[in-house]
Amino acid sequence: MDGVEHVFERMVHDHQDRLYALGYALTGNRHDAEEVAQDTLLRAYRALVRYPPERVRELKQRAWLHRIAVNVARNRYRRPGPRMVELNGSEQDAAPGPETRALQRIELDGVAAALACLPERYREAVVLRCVQDLSYAEAAEVLGQPVGTVKSNVHRGLRILRGENNERFDS
Amino acid sequence: MSVSTADLKRLGEVKAPAGLAQRVLAGAGLADEYARFDTVIGAVFVAWNRSGVSAAARSNSAHEFEEYFRAEVGRRPLRAGTPSPEMAQRITDELSGKRTLRFDLRGLTEFEQAVLHKAREIPYGQVRPYSWVAREIGHPSAVRAVGTALANNPIPYFIPCHRVVRADGVIGNYGGGGPEAKKAILTLEGVRVQWLADLARAGVRYQGVKTTGVYCYPTCHHGRRALERNVVLLHDAEEAKAAGFRPCKSCRPMAA
Repeated sequence: MDGVEHVFERMVHDHQDRLYALGYALTGNRHDAEEVAQDTLLRAYRALVRYPPERVRELKQRAWLHRIAVNVARNRYRRPGPRMVELNGSEQDAAPGPETRALQRIELDGVAAALACLPERYREAVVLRCVQDLSYAEAAEVLGQPVGTVKSNVHRGLRILRGENNERFDS
Repeated sequence: MSVSTADLKRLGEVKAPAGLAQRVLAGAGLADEYARFDTVIGAVFVAWNRSGVSAAARSNSAHEFEEYFRAEVGRRPLRAGTPSPEMAQRITDELSGKRTLRFDLRGLTEFEQAVLHKAREIPYGQVRPYSWVAREIGHPSAVRAVGTALANNPIPYFIPCHRVVRADGVIGNYGGGGPEAKKAILTLEGVRVQWLADLARAGVRYQGVKTTGVYCYPTCHHGRRALERNVVLLHDAEEAKAAGFRPCKSCRPMAA
């Protein structure tokens, strides 16, 4: 019992930034990103306390957490109703920092907003591969899709993002 | 806009906002949040988690409170960013006699929990002797243990251990800041501390009301509207019984 708590504290420490980035890239805004990261870790904790110790030890944390996070994020953006897409600024940080930082924030919000406009399957593939830097094999495992599918979704997504899209897509 | 893979990579390097890890740990029940609240009894540090309020102390600094919390509760204290106004309201309500808070007493023994729950039943502005708590929780001879449990109350002011006093009129010790603090809080609640001490020193434990035939602890609200000429001062339960009084069902000066 004590062991799991320790494992979890480390997990939170090691993965919070990655999960926040993942949530940000998938949902397109910082507010949802925070909730995705938080929900993911809490779900992970509830699962961990039920797992036998050897399963906890052998867990591939990164892929496992990404899988949970993708599901959490899907629940958010598949929800009916208008979605939040931040076009600029977003809420201020605790420490606003110098102007360059603010500019970077706005640029990042633009990148996240562009991702938010991609169809879901392209977006997830692009985010896992290019934002989160997972290998194709890992991304395929997280998404439960064949590697080839992930590869082609990444390429199509990137082409749209580069503005080279002359291909018709739906969904 | 055109987005390059370098842009995407930079997106992956964003940092989680401050406090995220803390909120997660608090949400998982592995840490308690705390904040400083300004109340009628001054500044109080209060810690809480999903189960309820877990500690309170009038520490001089956040650092001092954190040390106290680690020693007392054993979990990790995390300073809350902005405590919700709802929490502040509940704290105000609780200190003015409305019982709205929930408490997390997990670390305590069953006996200690029973003592603290019983103390919480004592209404605002009233007091009971230690022996009353002992009897009410079914351990009539454990008066000393009751005293110890109350002295170790991790949530003073909110779990009103200050409403438990010695039967001989001595105000009794108080973990929440010594006897003077105990007097001050009771006075704030409208308890006439000096009057109570004088009664106790004269050996008076109860008051009977002739018109109702009921006797109570002196601070019980049931006898408070009686005219002075109808009030009889009583020294013990036998005297009350002999005079034809029955114990009050609200403050229960005797086992029912």
